[in-house]
Amino acid sequence: MNLLDPQGPVAAANSTILVDSVFIMLAIVVPTIFAILAFAFWFRASNPKAKFQPDFVYSGRVEMVVWAIPALTVILLGGVAWIGSHQLDPAAPVPGTGSPVRIQAVSLDWKWLFIYPDQRIATVNTLTVPAGAELNFQLTSSSVMNTFFIPQLGSMIYTMNGMVTKLNLRADNEGKLQGLSAHFSGDGFPDMMFDVNVISPLAFPDWVATTAKSDAVLNEDSYKKLMQQGVEKGRPTYRLDDPRLFDLIATQHIPPGPGPELASEAGRSQSGGHDAR
Amino acid sequence: MLGKLDWSAIPFDQPIPLIAGAVVLVGILAVLAWVVVKGHLPYLWHEWITSVDHKRIGVMYILLASVMLLRGGSDAIMMRIQQAVAYQSQGYLPPEHYNQIFSAHGTIMIFFVAMPFVIGLMNLIVPLQLGVRDVAFPTLNSVGFWLTATGALLVNLSLVIGEFARTGWLAFPPLSELSYSPGVGVDYYAWSLQISGVGTLVAGINLVTTVLKLRTKGMNYLRMPMFCWTTLASNLLIVAAFPILTATLAMLLLDRYLGFHFFTNEAGGNVMMFMNLIWAWGHPEVYILVLPAFGIFSEVVSTFSGKALFGYRSMVLATMAICVISFMVWLHHFFTMGAGPDVNAIFGIASMIIAIPTGVKIYNWLFTMYGGRIRFETPMLWSIGFMVTFIIGGLTGVLVAVPPADFILHNSMFLVAHFHNVIIGGVLFGAFAGFEYWFPKAFGFRLNDRWGKLAFWFTFLGFYVTFIPLYVAGMLGMTRRMQHYDVAAWRPWMLVAAVGMAVLTIGVICQIMQLVVSIRNREALRDHTGDPWDGRSLEWATSSPPPVFNFAFNPDVRGEDAYWDLKAHAKQQSLQHDAPEYHDIEMPRNSPTGFVCAFFATVMGFALIWHIWWMVILGGIGAFATFVVFAWRDHDEYVIPAEEVAAIDRVNLEERRSLVSMAGTV
Amino acid sequence: MSMTATAGRAHADPHHIGLVIEHPGPAPKRIVTAYGFWVFLLSDIVMFSCFFAAYAVLADQTAGGPKGSEIFEQRNVAIETVCLLLSSFTCGMASIAADVRNRLWFYLGMAVTCLLGLIFLVIEFREFADLVARGYGPSRSAFLTAFFSLVGCHGLHVSAGILWLLTMMAQVFAKGFRADVLRRMMCFALFWHALDIVWVGVFSVVYLLGSGV
Ligand code: HEM
Ligand SMILES: [Cu+2]
Ligand SMILES: [Cu+2]
Repeated sequence: MNLLDPQGPVAAANSTILVDSVFIMLAIVVPTIFAILAFAFWFRASNPKAKFQPDFVYSGRVEMVVWAIPALTVILLGGVAWIGSHQLDPAAPVPGTGSPVRIQAVSLDWKWLFIYPDQRIATVNTLTVPAGAELNFQLTSSSVMNTFFIPQLGSMIYTMNGMVTKLNLRADNEGKLQGLSAHFSGDGFPDMMFDVNVISPLAFPDWVATTAKSDAVLNEDSYKKLMQQGVEKGRPTYRLDDPRLFDLIATQHIPPGPGPELASEAGRSQSGGHDAR
Repeated sequence: MLGKLDWSAIPFDQPIPLIAGAVVLVGILAVLAWVVVKGHLPYLWHEWITSVDHKRIGVMYILLASVMLLRGGSDAIMMRIQQAVAYQSQGYLPPEHYNQIFSAHGTIMIFFVAMPFVIGLMNLIVPLQLGVRDVAFPTLNSVGFWLTATGALLVNLSLVIGEFARTGWLAFPPLSELSYSPGVGVDYYAWSLQISGVGTLVAGINLVTTVLKLRTKGMNYLRMPMFCWTTLASNLLIVAAFPILTATLAMLLLDRYLGFHFFTNEAGGNVMMFMNLIWAWGHPEVYILVLPAFGIFSEVVSTFSGKALFGYRSMVLATMAICVISFMVWLHHFFTMGAGPDVNAIFGIASMIIAIPTGVKIYNWLFTMYGGRIRFETPMLWSIGFMVTFIIGGLTGVLVAVPPADFILHNSMFLVAHFHNVIIGGVLFGAFAGFEYWFPKAFGFRLNDRWGKLAFWFTFLGFYVTFIPLYVAGMLGMTRRMQHYDVAAWRPWMLVAAVGMAVLTIGVICQIMQLVVSIRNREALRDHTGDPWDGRSLEWATSSPPPVFNFAFNPDVRGEDAYWDLKAHAKQQSLQHDAPEYHDIEMPRNSPTGFVCAFFATVMGFALIWHIWWMVILGGIGAFATFVVFAWRDHDEYVIPAEEVAAIDRVNLEERRSLVSMAGTV
Repeated sequence: MSMTATAGRAHADPHHIGLVIEHPGPAPKRIVTAYGFWVFLLSDIVMFSCFFAAYAVLADQTAGGPKGSEIFEQRNVAIETVCLLLSSFTCGMASIAADVRNRLWFYLGMAVTCLLGLIFLVIEFREFADLVARGYGPSRSAFLTAFFSLVGCHGLHVSAGILWLLTMMAQVFAKGFRADVLRRMMCFALFWHALDIVWVGVFSVVYLLGSGV
């Protein structure tokens, strides 16, 4: 999950900006730290060679420089930030080969549901995508906030109930990656890690076909079961009954997921998912 | 009768908090018993609990902060151990417990360690530096302190009665809404912060008014020591920002108690509004904490370099610039919410702009050292340690202010490392520097410097060993608040961080040892001169500890050099006349208002948390009655007769005389 | 010992601050108190701003419930406004009476202020009770949440003000026009006027803008 080992263009751009910014700043930070240590050492009281200048408490020229150095750095970095924010806007398209894959991600307590509306399938806690294709994510949450993040593919984004956020990514190399939720969401939060299988574009239709044969069906009823609090250890897959399921969730036609059952009357609430541990 | 409260509220099934609570309880009882048996109770009551003396209140704030630092520190140790062992396993803390710990840790460290520490130092020192006898509102000052203590008490009560929030230190909805957090945890959180928030607001109003309206003759704005400036800036931020926190938490509480829909998923509530509101307070809050620390470093660096502060005007400008800009950057805490590129870029750049005045400050301290005669006493070590450490924290701060970089660093361990880098390296180091620097002023004897230096080196080293690994873990994709994990690459870094925590703990132990050893040897360490460091501002112009009235004569400040000359002059002034003509001094009378009011606030807070409505009403009436009784008293001041002033002052005069003649010849 | 140590120094103005007017020293208590209370009022206004902001954000979130124009009654609001504005005037009268130490006019001014405040509160309470009875309570929709909170927050302030007012009257009765009582009276007057200003905001933002839509 190394951020400096990006597997897609967005992550590559993110980490380039990250590294560039660090170096721009190091250019002034390192000399400054060095100067602090050097001044402190040289002007130690026990050094007879250091000249004591108690009146050196104001110098217009030094003041100028002192304001100018950080200001220039910030101007430079501000440019990076401005351009970067626009180029790497999460909603900006990330052109790829072949037709884009639409994926609708829903954060549940405490698992990820990935709906492929065009393929009419859905998966839990695994995201399977073809290498090289643009991935159009639409995201929402069934209950509390979460953040959808695949470190090696780049840019994370919040999921919120009743709202849809957008994110476009691309995975360039086949292989297994991992994703997670980057916003604390309750007791099962650490178990919201999910697998990302990047497979060849040729294998993708096969995978879709296999998944579509799944016995389990995702519809409003099974979704409502899924959104109960709890951790999902397996990797279930579903046929998707109604391709508008995501809209029903995002527009709150399906009400937000319930919280924990009130196990105890007194102030201590028990962890909702029995298997949250 | 007792609302939601019953026996199941006490976690008999969870030994750790119960034992911890029991230990604390036994500790408190032991101290109380000792106090009563030794007959110290009247002393404690008259000299401390009911005291409205800003110095005493300052000391009590710092004591509260120190005790809470131990509590917050224990939480930190538990978390570091958990993350070191919870690799492919559940570790030893189940999620519902781990989640309480990080929430309590954050809440305690910010609200009950960092805040009271800096407020305590400001209370203790600012009136002395301004050359006045007291703060603007002495009794309110005491109320403010006791309300802060109430908040701290409630947070700790949650250990043994009920539970604390499991939502993180900012309790984001909808997780913190009743449907997802039905327990009393969030209520403990919110009510403690509401009550202590009132205390903080009171402290803020008090200090703003003190700095703006109570300066001794001749203490023009541009002659104030830097610490007074940063105090002003920080307290202006308190006054402007804390009401936002109060309003936001009130909204959350209305949602939870009365079914309102500010931040719920249902009926049109808006969670993003919470994010905006809480960070509109939250970002200024970090500057509320760090600005006073900047002030402390300014004092310390200039004193131990034997020079006036370099670029004083620049520093003032930078301080006020930070004060203003810090209100315009809050959105950088949620770049990843999809606000759009223009908004993100603008707030990113605004955030970086804050780094400019901050950088200027670093350079000015640097040039203060240039040409100085630097004495590496303990406070100076903390300051140099701070300068190095804070630059790194600033670097990572500016880094996460670059939106595309934040897109992969937000909420990660990298972020955790960033804010600890600035809060420990900035605020805590500053608090320690101030503690070491002003301790002799407050108590009349110095602190042992061998233990002090050891404490510094262990803390400094421990900090890096603990937090550099977190930067790395963040770069490896690790997010914060993980109760367990299965990623092998993270493990080694968590282990190193745990080792770092051990080193930090040694640092804290050294700090405690320093206190113990110094108290034992206090006669040898006694500061007779009132000016142990050859300081540059007015607090050093009176004895250590200062008399209740601070100065027998309010100093008359005339020199343009805001520090050194002024001190020398003020001292001469008090020594000039061989037989100075002393006058009666009126000082505010002590009052139990603060303590009693806080008692009722505790009752009320507890009752609100547990829905015990009759008790809420009782607490409310009690608090109101306390104020009425206070308003009814006939004498709010007492007079210290001139003879007594003279007697007190003469004791110190001789000792100070020798020092002044020295200062005059520098 | 003379001042030569200061005057004789080469760097008398090391920071290039230039000539300044000497600060005269600590301000008198009356000024300090009023100043501090002003600062408090500013912070209170910041708190109100948050509720105003929340109202602005949530005003359209009616969740199928009523809109503002469907529930606001202009006539009541007009009476409320008149009451408050008048009470500001009478409160000013009471302040003046306190300054000239005229008990009769002081009690009269305060009593009328109290009465007007109570009328305001009663009307507001009836408005709230009526809405709740119709099923339009604050938990009906986010809009109503924001409405009840903003208006209610002001109402709570008025209630607190009345409690304070009665305490002030009792105190003048018991203690007369002492310096500290007068200082408190000054703060009370500031508070009461500030509530008026906030009400003008509530009136415009909630009732005027709201009923137009
Ligand atoms: C050099 C100036 C600074 C800049 C540009 C800066 C920038 C940032 C940014 C952009 C974030 C949000 C990152 C994210 O959530 O993804 C952040 C978080 C934080 N910063 Fe800073 N920062 C600076 C200085 C400080 C200082 C001086 C303090 C404290 C004394 C501080 C304390 C914090 C805290 C507590 C958080 C995390 C809050 C949370 O999410 O729990 N920062 N900083
Ligand atoms: Cu949203
Ligand atoms: Cu911030």
